[in-house]
Amino acid sequence: MALTGVLRPGHAQIRVLDIEESVKWYTDVMGLKYQGRDDQGRAYFKTRAERDHNSIILRQADRAGLDFFGYKVLDKATLVELERKLNDHGVKTERMPAGDLLETGERVRFQIPTGHTIELYAEKNAVGSAVGCVNPDMDVIDQPGITPIRMDHALLYGTDLDGATELFCKVLGFTLVERVKLEDGQTDLGVWLTCSAKAHDIAIVRHGEPNKLHHVSFQLGSWEQVLRAADIMSKRRVSIDMGPTRHGITNGTTIYFFDPSGNRLETFAGGYDHYPDMEPITWTWDEVGAGIFYHDRKLNEAFLSVVT
Amino acid sequence: MGHYTITITDTQESFRCLDERSVLQGMEALGKRGIPVGCRQGGCGVCKVRVLEGSYSKRVMSRAHVSAEEEAEGCVLSCRIKPTSDLRVAVLGAMKKNICRPQAALPTASPIPTP
Repeated sequence: MALTGVLRPGHAQIRVLDIEESVKWYTDVMGLKYQGRDDQGRAYFKTRAERDHNSIILRQADRAGLDFFGYKVLDKATLVELERKLNDHGVKTERMPAGDLLETGERVRFQIPTGHTIELYAEKNAVGSAVGCVNPDMDVIDQPGITPIRMDHALLYGTDLDGATELFCKVLGFTLVERVKLEDGQTDLGVWLTCSAKAHDIAIVRHGEPNKLHHVSFQLGSWEQVLRAADIMSKRRVSIDMGPTRHGITNGTTIYFFDPSGNRLETFAGGYDHYPDMEPITWTWDEVGAGIFYHDRKLNEAFLSVVT
Repeated sequence: MGHYTITITDTQESFRCLDERSVLQGMEALGKRGIPVGCRQGGCGVCKVRVLEGSYSKRVMSRAHVSAEEEAEGCVLSCRIKPTSDLRVAVLGAMKKNICRPQAALPTASPIPTP
């Protein structure tokens, strides 16, 4: 299947309480590559494997959380077409000028019914991965940081889950991969959606307050790399929320932990491939514990309720 | 390296906290069950307390959970303060129901945030 339309998660702008401390932590502990600052003082990062200029942007603010989450689309014509579809769906859009984010073209910005700001863009300068595109060697992880493969997805907490799901699926072409039902067997508590063949490119959970971040996730290559990340986290006194363990939902192996401002991040590996002909997987309320944490099959209050 | 006595006025329990540890880390090291730690990094607001007596050093914490006025009055996130004297603290917010609940009556965590 050729990917068209919305290609993949491209960037997340995260609010941090102390930018200098955070730049050091995302460099040394996460093992991301620092890409510079803009005239607003925002700090930019990419992983070693990512080719585009940036995927994580940090902004100093007086409260933690997510400013916006961006998706790269196929090309400029697709961007125009998706903006038209959003407008036809009754969604107001705003154009952010090229260069507002370093090395990034014009972005179409809009609010989804859970209160989050989502962006689409077609252009971001490709600065290349650590190994390049001609006869590349393997990128051996021989540095102390966690060194994820890519910024992979986000889980958002917000109010109108049904409206957000409809927008992603009907307007932006995402597919429903998995869902968790509430006790009534009807209402969705959460949904896992993909725009690719990954098990998820976004997840959304119903929540009493709008515009909350549950986590931004980074992909690792194997379960062993997840365990290596756990060793690094403990050695560096990172605040771990849960794991290492496995999800029933998506089958991914996982650790949840917090950045120095209390934003939850995830390192995960695995998860199955999804194709659009597959029937969505449903988790019923009585088995939701296993859906979320497959090994101990229990829910964890902090995991469910702590958001920024 | 010194340590100080932190007293939780709600239960009159006290614990010793190293001066290089946050008050929340001290509480966690005590192994008291049911302490609902959140992010431990000043972002989520779960561990909010009011310091009634004593002095402490502090780091930046989220204004979504502690206003400047509250902070000036001693309402702080316990993950962001380290004691510089003995402290008497009252727990606030999400911590309160767990810390003040009798140990024997601890149920499993309530599963889901109310939609």
